[in-house]
Amino acid sequence: MADDLFNSFMNGPDEKGRFGKFGGRFVSETLMPLILELEEQYERAKTDDSFWAEMHDLWTHYVGRPSPLYFAERLTEHLGGAKIYLKRDELNHTGAHKINNVLGQIILARRMGKTRIIAETGAGQHGVATATVCAKFGLKCVVYMGAHDVERQAPNVFRMRLLGAEVIPVTSGRGTLKDAMNDALRDWVTNVRDTFYCIGTVAGPHPYPAMVRDFQAIIGKETKEQLHAAEGRLPDTIIAAIGGGSNAMGLFYPFLDDTSVNIIGVEAGGKGVNEKMEHCASLTGGRPGVLHGNRTYLLQDDDGQILEGFSISAGLDYPGIGPEHSWLHDIGRAQYVSITDKEALEAFQLSCSTEGIIPALEPSHALAHVMKIAPDLPKDHLLVMNMCGRGDKDIFTVARHLGFDMSGPEGRVFE
Amino acid sequence: MTRIDAKFAELKAQNRKAFVSYVMAGDPDFDASLELVKGLPAAGVDIIELGLPFTDPMADGPAIQLAGQRALEGGMTLDRTLELATEFRKTDDTTPIVMMGYYNPIYSRGVDLFLTQAKAAGIDGLIIVDLPPEEDDELCIPAQAAGLNFIRLATPTTDVKRLPKVLQNTSGFVYYVSITGITGAAEAQGADVAPEVARMKQSTDLPIIVGFGVKTPEKSREIAGIADGTVVGSAIVQKIAEGKPTDEILAFVKSLADGAHAA
Repeated sequence: MADDLFNSFMNGPDEKGRFGKFGGRFVSETLMPLILELEEQYERAKTDDSFWAEMHDLWTHYVGRPSPLYFAERLTEHLGGAKIYLKRDELNHTGAHKINNVLGQIILARRMGKTRIIAETGAGQHGVATATVCAKFGLKCVVYMGAHDVERQAPNVFRMRLLGAEVIPVTSGRGTLKDAMNDALRDWVTNVRDTFYCIGTVAGPHPYPAMVRDFQAIIGKETKEQLHAAEGRLPDTIIAAIGGGSNAMGLFYPFLDDTSVNIIGVEAGGKGVNEKMEHCASLTGGRPGVLHGNRTYLLQDDDGQILEGFSISAGLDYPGIGPEHSWLHDIGRAQYVSITDKEALEAFQLSCSTEGIIPALEPSHALAHVMKIAPDLPKDHLLVMNMCGRGDKDIFTVARHLGFDMSGPEGRVFE
Repeated sequence: MTRIDAKFAELKAQNRKAFVSYVMAGDPDFDASLELVKGLPAAGVDIIELGLPFTDPMADGPAIQLAGQRALEGGMTLDRTLELATEFRKTDDTTPIVMMGYYNPIYSRGVDLFLTQAKAAGIDGLIIVDLPPEEDDELCIPAQAAGLNFIRLATPTTDVKRLPKVLQNTSGFVYYVSITGITGAAEAQGADVAPEVARMKQSTDLPIIVGFGVKTPEKSREIAGIADGTVVGSAIVQKIAEGKPTDEILAFVKSLADGAHAA
């Protein structure tokens, strides 16, 4: 299965930035020298103790790491099967795992002498994390966000502006996350000298998928140590939600060579994975193609035109997925499933009522799959799910779907 | 020898600069687009760049983005783009056609099948924006083997160290991108472009054509004078967006071509 001398799943990508046939560097010539420079600088930082010392210091004192690994006792009882642990990355500063990666990229940008940071964002979590770290270091920050998302995620837009970022509503294409990424790339092509592109997920041209994974791998490393302390052994199953796939890759990566560990990624099934394509399940409903600098599974039509995804969760609303996930899918090391909006909403409410944790809609997808499989697993089966974000940003969306009007001073339930 | 090589040999013999025009295939619809493309050679166009529409044109500015959307909404596909070239070839067997676009529609079709179909349709060369030399195995090398030119972009960020790699598997001509940015954005500056063209001339015998940021007959003349020719795209596409009649668009193209040919 693994195609290297040491029979490891952890050696990718190769020198061309490939995980098997996925990944690569499909960018315009203007960007190519920038990407090569980034790769060189990242390779240098990766083996530099002072780089990681700075990261760990900020993770500890600014982000609040390590995040707890929490035994969800009532959820476990309720489902009546596997013993469920939640990795609490929703407790990070800014409310999601996104900041783990942003810190790494911004420290690198500072080392490279870049003074202007650009980012794309969908739900706004990566944009808020980027604006936050830029404020902390006094860097200029420009966030590209689909015009449609700007409208439906107003609180995060205001947060970014409070933090001093310029939020640019993207109207090109259909004004969604993929269009925001297109416009961020267009900005980068135009401002090559002073600008650093801080990508929010394990996608894009090499070295982004590997670099973002390495920054997010702190999630899996901590999980391994924490579960060992609590249970004295490895988990049996680990589960995470996937849009681009950075929280999942962060949890999965340190466990790839522990072949007894069952790895499950959960994609957004929207209204259901069918021929109407009202979903964002690139692996279960797409096929390989090239977009945004990498080859990976994509939602596309027969002519190779990219399709819009559909999901209740703006953070999963992307027609692609990180190339390493595409590879893990093809070689069978990880299993990928999809969960519908409806199932995610049920899981959202279950987390609130059994554990007192209001989850983001993204990990609600992962939890919905836990709800499906946990009851049939033995009580000594250790299951870890990444609670990668908190749900404050989503309460308006959820209220609307549950028929609760929050526009008035007291709110009311629709008749 | 491709039609592109023949065209440059002819231009060299006449001591003339090349004028290259870009239009999006199927913009605003198939018939209007075919009519326009058929009129380009008589308007003085030496090489036709035919845009292959794509939903996510990362290197293009608003004018060409919208052109692609109009074409896609009008039902344009890879097959229809090839059909347009085939129809054009019935009336003109010498003017080279370079297909310009992004990789995914080609990858989706399958590289070998695409190359066979493109060759049969009378396409002479390819400019694929998101295939740098690092990805030459994907399409560049198979295309050359199939007898199509693969025209590479060189840019202001292509430094001395990198230039040989960019030139290595390029054929037909080199397309120098005059600015860091997207199509139709900033204006090309002759003073910036001239030393870059001179630098490239030391490393290649291929013709060097300069594009991005050329919008007027005066600029066409200035830039063509510095290099072996110039490309105009967004400014022509903008006329289509404004709904101008074909005659008027062709008259504008002729003014740009005259500019380049006067250099």
